[in-house]
Amino acid sequence: MTPAVTFTNVTRHFGTVRAVDAVDLTIAEGSFFAMLGPSGSGKTTCLRLISGFEQPNAGSIRIFGEDVSRTPPNRRNVNTVFQDYALFPHMNVRDNVAYGLMVKGVGRSARYAKAEEMLALVKLDAYGDRKPGQLSGGQRQRVALARALVNEPKVLLLDEPLGALDLKLREAMQDELKALQQRLGITFVFVTHDQGEALSMADSLAVFNNGRIAQIGTPAEIYGQPRTRFVADFVGSSNVLPPALTQTLGGPARWSSLRPEALRLTAPQEAPLAGPVTSLRYLGSGTRVTVAAKGADIGVFLPAGHPVPATGDYTGIGFAPGALHVMDEA
Amino acid sequence: MTATLPIRGAGDRLSGLFWRRPGVLLALLIAPPLLWLGVVYLGSLAALLMQSFYSIDEFSGVVVEEFTTKTYAELLRPSNFDIIIRTLLMSAAVTLGAAIIAFPIAYFAARYARGRWKAVFYLGILLPLWSSYLVKVYAWKLILAKEGILTWAAEGIGAGFVLDAVLSLPGIGGNSLSTSFIGTWLVFLYVWLPYMILPMQASLERVPLSMLEASADLGATPAQTFRSVILPLAMPGVIAGSIFTFSLTMGDYIIPQIIGTSARFVGQAVYQLQGTAGNLPLAAAFAVVPIVIMLVYLTLAKRAGAFDAL
Repeated sequence: MTPAVTFTNVTRHFGTVRAVDAVDLTIAEGSFFAMLGPSGSGKTTCLRLISGFEQPNAGSIRIFGEDVSRTPPNRRNVNTVFQDYALFPHMNVRDNVAYGLMVKGVGRSARYAKAEEMLALVKLDAYGDRKPGQLSGGQRQRVALARALVNEPKVLLLDEPLGALDLKLREAMQDELKALQQRLGITFVFVTHDQGEALSMADSLAVFNNGRIAQIGTPAEIYGQPRTRFVADFVGSSNVLPPALTQTLGGPARWSSLRPEALRLTAPQEAPLAGPVTSLRYLGSGTRVTVAAKGADIGVFLPAGHPVPATGDYTGIGFAPGALHVMDEA
Repeated sequence: MTATLPIRGAGDRLSGLFWRRPGVLLALLIAPPLLWLGVVYLGSLAALLMQSFYSIDEFSGVVVEEFTTKTYAELLRPSNFDIIIRTLLMSAAVTLGAAIIAFPIAYFAARYARGRWKAVFYLGILLPLWSSYLVKVYAWKLILAKEGILTWAAEGIGAGFVLDAVLSLPGIGGNSLSTSFIGTWLVFLYVWLPYMILPMQASLERVPLSMLEASADLGATPAQTFRSVILPLAMPGVIAGSIFTFSLTMGDYIIPQIIGTSARFVGQAVYQLQGTAGNLPLAAAFAVVPIVIMLVYLTLAKRAGAFDAL
């Protein structure tokens, strides 16, 4: 099967800054692919390289096997949901959604029929006559989605699509986007800095750091077996242990990670790690306890219902033998 | 330790008053301009309007202070009506020309100019406004005159025939550029151009790049993006600029006097009627014409949806 998007040794620099640095990437057709990373890590530039708003300085980009490195955005069969939605303020919702068909010369009644169909898909049937300014943030997001889908793109690109929504709405939209993607079977590529969002929505994801891909894999692989310190730290705020500490816990002299939820508090005697509690953070579903042990601050996730220690209490930390994950790279 | 800090003088007392009663500050701030605009400006406009409904006694030359529409009827006399049409066409031509020339400049400034280039842009636009309007107009007279630099340069590069062809155009041509409507148009265009560029640039600056990208992303060619997105969104700025170029041209009486033919414009007619001719009612009626035209123009623009993007 031809992959939806293929990057071969793609580099894009702005002046001396290498925003994307020799990236190789393959996105399978029909997948929900996330590009995760902190700001300035190159994930958005990668998205813009796919949509055509940026051109690679080196390397090639293929969409369904076709080299599009020198194809302008208006001739690429991909569409984008913009971070700020970028709805046209002087057009009503129906004209916004029908825009992609209008510029292709589709007749008025045909394009309006299709626009209404798209609005129904995002549950905004009755909103065609409104102006974007009269909609809430969540509704604007749906219009942007309908507008991007009207051309039936081969790949849908989403640039931090949920960033501007409040928590409740964001969770609802996450479910909806996922359901929509499964229904339409289109390849979705979305950029986010929210690791929870990436883990919960994507089939596979790439973690970006400094213009390069630090790791690529399924959410379970990324979360369970981070390859580098950066990935372990960025995805799920893991405890990253230096080689010396790994050794005292029975591992090799390499960096390792311990997930906070894989740890439990025990009696200090005979515990592999022990120290005083330095801070407590209540999270609702549990409490994050920070323990100063062997020169490191170890975070332990204590599920609700367990007795919570007081700050200053001396406690031990225990974990199952498989919980210590040794990383390949420093 | 107290919960409040001590009052440190009259300033603190005053700002305390403004905080408790925000209306007082607002009233103090808007009262002077309201007086100025309301009494001085609207008052004189009302006086002007009133004057235009008086008439002049043809024998004694005395203003008859009785309501009549006779003076307005006089505007429709061919010699007067020609002045109105001529002024209207000139204003429209100047506005159109200014819009076409200003757009790329404003677009460059809004989209690409940053930092130092932005300063260069503003300086370039505003610098001509620092020098006297009269100096600029006389400078243009020298440039456009038959023995002027333009004719000299055109002949120097062997393009004298182009200039001759332009000057032989019926109606707008003439003996030389400085004595033709084309010359008047060129000078109007130069003098009012900054007033078109600045509002256009301000409105273009408010169009986010992502909107242009969205248009391209959805398959629009650059020309389609210009027509369907950039132009409608820039329209409020274009209209604002055209209000300046249009009304400034309609009211001006100096440029057509120095550069152009002897045919008169509305501004010149007002100047002569209230001065040498002493026909204040007709001068007032002439002065109302640009106001009415502007109102009609703005109504039409609004109906055409020019302000939808506001």
